[in-house]
Amino acid sequence: MSNYQSGLRYSESHEYVRVEGQFAYIGITDYAQHALGNIVYVDMPEVDDEVTAGEEFGAVESVKAASDLISPVSGTVVEINEALEDQPELLNQDAFENWIIKVQMSDPTELDELMDVEAYKAHCENA
Amino acid sequence: MLDVAGVKSLDDLYADVPEAVRLRRDYNLPEAMSEVELRNYFCSLAAQTPRLTCFAGAGWYDHYAPAVVQNIIQRSEFLTSYTPYQAEISQGTLHYIFEYQSMMAELTGMNISNASMYDGATATAEAAMMCVAAAKKANRVLISATVDPKVLRAVETYAHFHGIDLQVVPAKEGVTDLSTLNSQLSALNDVAGVIVQQPNYYGIVEDFTGVADAVHAQKALFVVNSVAADLAVLRTPAEWGADIAVGEAQSLGIPVSFGGHGLGYMCVNEKLMRKMPGRIVGLTRDNREQRAFVLTLQAREQHIRRQKATSNICSNQSLMALYVTIYMSLMGRKGLREAAELSYGGAHYLAEQLVQTGAFSFTFPDKPFFNEVCLTYKGSHSVDAIIGYCAEQGFLAGVKVEAPYNSPVGDVLMVAVTEQRTRGEIDTLVSIIKRFEEEQA
Amino acid sequence: MNNRLYGNLIFELSHAGRRGYSLPRNSYQHTTAELPAVLLREKEAELPECDELTVVRHYTNLSHNNFGVNDGFYPLGSCTMKYNPVINEEIASIPAFAAAHPMQPVKYSQGLLRIYYELQQSLAELAGLSEFTLNPCAGAHGELTGLMVIRAYHESRGDTARTKVLIPDSAHGTNPASAAVCGLEVVEVKSLSDGTVDVDHLRELLAAIGPEVCAMMMTNPNTLGIFEPRVLDITAMVHEAGGLMYYDGANLNPLLGTCRPGDMGFDVMHINLHKTFSTPHGGGGPGSGPVGVRKGLEQFLPYPRVVEAPCNPSVGDGGSLTPNGESFIVDWGKAKGLGLLPLGGKATGKATGRRPQVGNGRVSGCSALWDALLAKNGRERAFAIGTFFGNFAVIIKAYAYILSLGRENIKHVGPLATLNATYIKHRLKDVYELPIGGLNKHEFVFDGLKDKSTGVTTMDVAKRLLDYGFHAPTIYFPLLFHESLMIEPTESESLETIDSFIAVMRQIAKEAKTDPETVKTAPHTTPIGRVDDVLAAKQAILTYRKCNNGSHA
Repeated sequence: MSNYQSGLRYSESHEYVRVEGQFAYIGITDYAQHALGNIVYVDMPEVDDEVTAGEEFGAVESVKAASDLISPVSGTVVEINEALEDQPELLNQDAFENWIIKVQMSDPTELDELMDVEAYKAHCENA
Repeated sequence: MLDVAGVKSLDDLYADVPEAVRLRRDYNLPEAMSEVELRNYFCSLAAQTPRLTCFAGAGWYDHYAPAVVQNIIQRSEFLTSYTPYQAEISQGTLHYIFEYQSMMAELTGMNISNASMYDGATATAEAAMMCVAAAKKANRVLISATVDPKVLRAVETYAHFHGIDLQVVPAKEGVTDLSTLNSQLSALNDVAGVIVQQPNYYGIVEDFTGVADAVHAQKALFVVNSVAADLAVLRTPAEWGADIAVGEAQSLGIPVSFGGHGLGYMCVNEKLMRKMPGRIVGLTRDNREQRAFVLTLQAREQHIRRQKATSNICSNQSLMALYVTIYMSLMGRKGLREAAELSYGGAHYLAEQLVQTGAFSFTFPDKPFFNEVCLTYKGSHSVDAIIGYCAEQGFLAGVKVEAPYNSPVGDVLMVAVTEQRTRGEIDTLVSIIKRFEEEQA
Repeated sequence: MNNRLYGNLIFELSHAGRRGYSLPRNSYQHTTAELPAVLLREKEAELPECDELTVVRHYTNLSHNNFGVNDGFYPLGSCTMKYNPVINEEIASIPAFAAAHPMQPVKYSQGLLRIYYELQQSLAELAGLSEFTLNPCAGAHGELTGLMVIRAYHESRGDTARTKVLIPDSAHGTNPASAAVCGLEVVEVKSLSDGTVDVDHLRELLAAIGPEVCAMMMTNPNTLGIFEPRVLDITAMVHEAGGLMYYDGANLNPLLGTCRPGDMGFDVMHINLHKTFSTPHGGGGPGSGPVGVRKGLEQFLPYPRVVEAPCNPSVGDGGSLTPNGESFIVDWGKAKGLGLLPLGGKATGKATGRRPQVGNGRVSGCSALWDALLAKNGRERAFAIGTFFGNFAVIIKAYAYILSLGRENIKHVGPLATLNATYIKHRLKDVYELPIGGLNKHEFVFDGLKDKSTGVTTMDVAKRLLDYGFHAPTIYFPLLFHESLMIEPTESESLETIDSFIAVMRQIAKEAKTDPETVKTAPHTTPIGRVDDVLAAKQAILTYRKCNNGSHA
């Protein structure tokens, strides 16, 4: 069974955003890590790269699958979770604790386009 | 069997095929041949393909291989298996591919090799696509005019259809014009990669000092295409600062076989590991705590990524990878070096002898060459006529040079020597060419 | 295997000073020491130093850890693992063939050029098309070449809007990957619940994007082994919209003797010689993927081409090698500008694979000259997709196979392959889940065991088969089902072999109930057990140096 966490915003492509002021912590949901299985590699952008809402910023790979990471918001990457470089399995262990990138948002109104936890849960259950 | 299959005839198995497209006649093909007739037919075709003593190269060389190699690659466990999907019964293939990857990494000095590709031309084209994929925005690849025209054509083709802006770096006196390359690099802001060849098409060993720095300053990747066997002696792609090393490994003892099979190799530095096309074998453990090998990093590949894969390639030249792995196991670094010295010594000897006849001069005097050299014909006939005359005597004297991006270099014969050519054969070739000149005079 | 002496890597068997070669004495005066130091390698390559016997034993023992068609039944779906006749190996290794240099005067290559030409002609007859190139080195290489031919055709008509390829969602992954390499955008066509193309969805797509459709790629029978019942409607609809039909020859085997892609309306196709025409798979290559075209598209095939010697001397190798009574010559495309000038012109498609197209795909260097050449030759674009003529040794074997079967036998290949598959399906469908009924062709798909309560998966069944001396079928493809098990027996196999496979499959189904642990932990009798592929991908140790932490032992 997948975990869902309230207080976050969710995208249809299974990324979450945890908002702290002007910053967005972006990761993949527990549902997504379940679907992928054992994660072996996380392809991340570099600090200072621009990301755009709806566009790819990296990828998550398991042995038998790969999934593009789609940014839920636009902005500038201010930090990446370097621990994932050597321990991609952290995403399997706790997807919500282990965000992937931290973005300084350029347009926080984009958050309104995302789902809350109830809507996201319904989205997954209908999939 | 028909009863179990629930049909009355074989024809019923195709009841779902529209009658309009059913083939209701025999194919227009020859009648079946018995094994005896088959053997006779192909032997008669072989008789129309007389064996020539080979001084031709142009990227494809007649090297020696120990008898063991051909013998072992005929083992049916290797020959009749497919891609090692089931690792438990494919350790033979997976094990030798791991050895192949290790050896190619050693030879090129790079960190990582894939499991091999079709040929040197397509491997280079794949490298061009890698350059633009690795660069997020830049879409231009520069390629030296001294790259083998056959490789250039394939890269041009892939570039055109893939949508890469390909630009040629001109040649000057047979080598890449580095000052033009530098001005191209500083004038353009969208260069994703630069491709050069070593030794180049004309056999010249180029000096790429400083090129990698200039390329990297533009955040582009440096691709060096090399004749694999020559790396036993020559400065490696890694030592030139290459990010991607590609080329043809036919020179590692694979018979010329009318141009196929060859083997394209591709080696990269660690940063590009997950951007590399082709199969890769990695080390792991099994559930009995034994060392084992398995296809890995498959998330790059077409069966998982589909249109987002690093390439459409799914097979490798596995059997040819076994070929060069056994070859390198037998030759070792000393054998490869000895073979390279014989090739170098023989080519320089032949070139001097031919120049001494007075019929030829060095096309690019003062340029260092390895086992292949361009000689400008000064006589009264033509290089084609010389090649034709020598062939009548059982010798393939070389290849007439193409000069696609240059002003014509004149009537040029390109000769190559490997360790398979004896000094006696070289002397005979020279005397045949002398006789040709005398008969023309 | 690793507990045995020969489980070592060849590097671990190396002893300084040993050698496994013998070269002539070097009597030349010149040595590489005379090259400038900057051109010489600094760091030695750490290659093994072994005697001949060590090398022979090492690789002979490695071969014992492999499984090929000669070892046993190999029902790997979609791969057509038929028998590879030994005589073809003998013929391909005739010394004169192996010693021919590809650049030698054509007068001395007539036998080889005849093989190339006659195989071209045979494939054209078998496929119902006009002409073939044998240059592509593999199936995926053929797909790419075929798409290039189609794009070149559209470009020649000045139609630059056709940048999309329709591909059924059930297709092999190579189809969309080849389209992306060719700079084309993939549009998926949905499948119906029975796995065939949803023609209504196709109609909607054509209505929406018809003028942008470059081609549709199809595998028929499809990846489920089912003949597409509406193939004629599909080809007609795509043609109506101005697109061309591409036939993926992965599943051509069952059509031999029964129908031809050209007659179904396909314009361009590739054939896998290593599948349908019995050349050995070689552990994953070399293969060969000839590409054929219907009449009217021949001029778009890649160069070099092997052609009959013309009466007209303007065709051929730039006129430089005048035919001396030769039957066949090589056309390197020089008359069309190939290799003389860069390809030019604006790319018409967008590279839509992984990132937006930023350039225009222009090849520059001599564009004014290229424009002049275009004006002279029209818009036909000459191109090359590899170094020479593809994997020639494979070409020889495929032609030997066709000649040994001949007109009277080759027609039985398809029906017998289909009969073998259908027989297996009916004998196993009571214990394995058959998701789609009706006729199949050379292969079919089970969705795992019928009884799902045991927890035994398709992976477990596949691994248990190895214990019984059979290769596993293709597993977890197609993706339409969760537990896909795709079985392709080929026509090579006898009833006895097939019955023994059926008996083992039934035995495994029984074991799944009585002793599921044995099945779930299989294989048990193989040289190694199940491998940790997560560890392999995470640690990414890909060379001997890396497994020794940067140094050789």
